Amino acid sequence: MASSTLPKQGDERVVQAGPLKRLLTRPELGALGGAILVWLIFAFLAGNRGFLTLQGTASYLEVSSYLGILAAAIALLMIGGEFDLSIGSMIGAAGATIAVLGSVFGMPLWLAALIALFVALLVGFINGTMVIRTKLPSFIITLGSLFILRGLTIALTRIFTGRTQIGSLDQLPGYDVLRLLFGGSIPIGGASFPISIVWWIAITALATWVLMRTQFGNWIFSAGGNADAARNVGVPVDRVKITLFMATATAAWLVATIQLTVVKSADTLRGTQQEFIAIIAAVIGGNLLTGGYGSAVGAALGALIFGMVRQGIVYAGIDADWFQVFLGAMLIVAVLVNNFIRDRAEKARR
Amino acid sequence: MATTPLLEVRNISKYFGSVIALNDVSMTVNASEVMCLLGDNGAGKSTLIKILSGVHKPSQGEYLVEGKQVDFNSPRDALDHGIATVYQDLAMIPLMSIARNFFLGSEPTKGWGPFRRFDINFASQTARSEMAKMGIDIRDPSQPVGTLSGGERQSVAIARAVYFGAKVLILDEPTAALGVKQAGVVLRYVAQARARGLGVIFITHNPHHAYAVGDRFTILKRGRTFGTFTKDELSREEMVRMMSGADELDALSHELSEFARRDAAAAQIDEQLAESLEAAESLFEPESRREG
Ligand SMILES: Nc1ncnc2c1ncn2[C@@H]1O[C@H](COP(=O)(O)OP(=O)(O)OP(=O)(O)O)[C@@H](O)[C@H]1O
Ligand SMILES: [Mg+2]
Repeated sequence: MASSTLPKQGDERVVQAGPLKRLLTRPELGALGGAILVWLIFAFLAGNRGFLTLQGTASYLEVSSYLGILAAAIALLMIGGEFDLSIGSMIGAAGATIAVLGSVFGMPLWLAALIALFVALLVGFINGTMVIRTKLPSFIITLGSLFILRGLTIALTRIFTGRTQIGSLDQLPGYDVLRLLFGGSIPIGGASFPISIVWWIAITALATWVLMRTQFGNWIFSAGGNADAARNVGVPVDRVKITLFMATATAAWLVATIQLTVVKSADTLRGTQQEFIAIIAAVIGGNLLTGGYGSAVGAALGALIFGMVRQGIVYAGIDADWFQVFLGAMLIVAVLVNNFIRDRAEKARR
Repeated sequence: MATTPLLEVRNISKYFGSVIALNDVSMTVNASEVMCLLGDNGAGKSTLIKILSGVHKPSQGEYLVEGKQVDFNSPRDALDHGIATVYQDLAMIPLMSIARNFFLGSEPTKGWGPFRRFDINFASQTARSEMAKMGIDIRDPSQPVGTLSGGERQSVAIARAVYFGAKVLILDEPTAALGVKQAGVVLRYVAQARARGLGVIFITHNPHHAYAVGDRFTILKRGRTFGTFTKDELSREEMVRMMSGADELDALSHELSEFARRDAAAAQIDEQLAESLEAAESLFEPESRREG
């Protein structure tokens, strides 16, 4: 390669960035620090009440895993420059679809789940296409679909079943297939780690690989960084964004299916407010609200923080009402830290 | 002209609703030539190059690339015909690295099927060596483009276009926001691109920049062509006159006094530029037989 024969005279103003300095510009940095801090706090507050046991660890990882699956997809979408507020409603819709198809129409549950996946892909496609076509902010479009989806879910479930909750799903044919894929757990040292944690890790790894090592990942960054500039060099920005909306809806479907399998019931209200918590987790993880910058690992760390606090409060015996106070404060601090890190990333090597 | 022009538009018009942005404009660009597109604000320069680069479709008129009529539906179509554009304001994505920006839209990949992946090492090495060919030493291709100066940013965009085999390079005011030295850097690359056989369309408001690298000058005025001139047909002062319009002599004399003030500086730029151009071309010569 020609690079080995380059003249080495260079520019005296260029300072080689060391590995430490480079680390300081990573988007996940703030979240990593936050996760360690939160763990230490609860290790201190609730260390002797079970927070540090394997079962305690499994319990906060499970909470984190549901949120983390959503946050990974939301992170990709946010890096691509858009929002999706409808994923909470999508969780309720996917669960209700599976339960109604199974209990009312007698469909095997695994087939019902496949059809629900198709519905989710369609909802994502419609969200994305509406955002592209109308050129309205995705915040507005998906705020609309948040209510439309939730309303449709409740109304249709009531029409078909007369109720808004459907139980005893494990009695239906085809449940075994779902339990195998989504309901199992892995015993480690006497504690059982739900399989949702494996899904969470796998999806975070996949999202990271896509972002860092594929052409599509480059397109995601560019779509959120500057969509017009990306279009001008031939990036199919519209297709990228629509695909990302389909990915967030799919993540919501996955969470819905796992929860339905674990608790053996569906509830039309399930997933309420999950969209905000997932966005907060992604923001805590260093994903910029303005798009073009962020990471899936950061979103996973954001979800981890959330899970540790939610379960840690219980172990520490603190009133759970304080959780929301924490969540809001964490969001604001995270955005401030992110802005600081982003500025560093832009100036680190000046 | 004996040879077919690389790019030609004939009687192009463009309407935006009731706004006539371009009216009956014709222009040609040949290989190894810098065609300067000059004109006041709102004259239609950006509109014309957006048609050339596939962003807009002309309302009327013909567009030929190497003698063949074309009808572009997107910037991708224009790129596939070897027409690369560096836009006034949208050249790069600041938070992405130099290497990622360099290959955006045409990412090198390795591996097969679902394991096909972005070849980041190749991207970094190539970005670095291509920039080196243009005389800029990039130490770290993973550094965000936002950390580069305006001139370096424009240079990355130009190097990218040249690397991807552009036959025609369109530059919309690449020197507008730049200081004297940085503008010199960009102008040097324009000359290098010409030396490599590209046709360059260069838009600028600065007559000194235009005069330093231009071979021919097309002047647009209120959406119409005011004429195309070769360098021998046009002195720098005439060009300034043309750009501001003969009927606006009041404004012109004011402007000229401004130029008089800057003349010393301008002469110095020209001198530096002539030197750096020579240096650039001699640097480039031994490599000019390089294939694609
Ligand atoms: N998308 C559009 N819709 C309506 N009018 C437009 C559009 N694009 C350009 N115009 C109009 O066309 C005319 C030419 O604009 P253009 O941007 O081509 O000028 P320009 O020569 O590039 O000017 P400048 O030197 O300021 O960059 C202007 O009057 C502008 O308002
Ligand atoms: Mg313009």
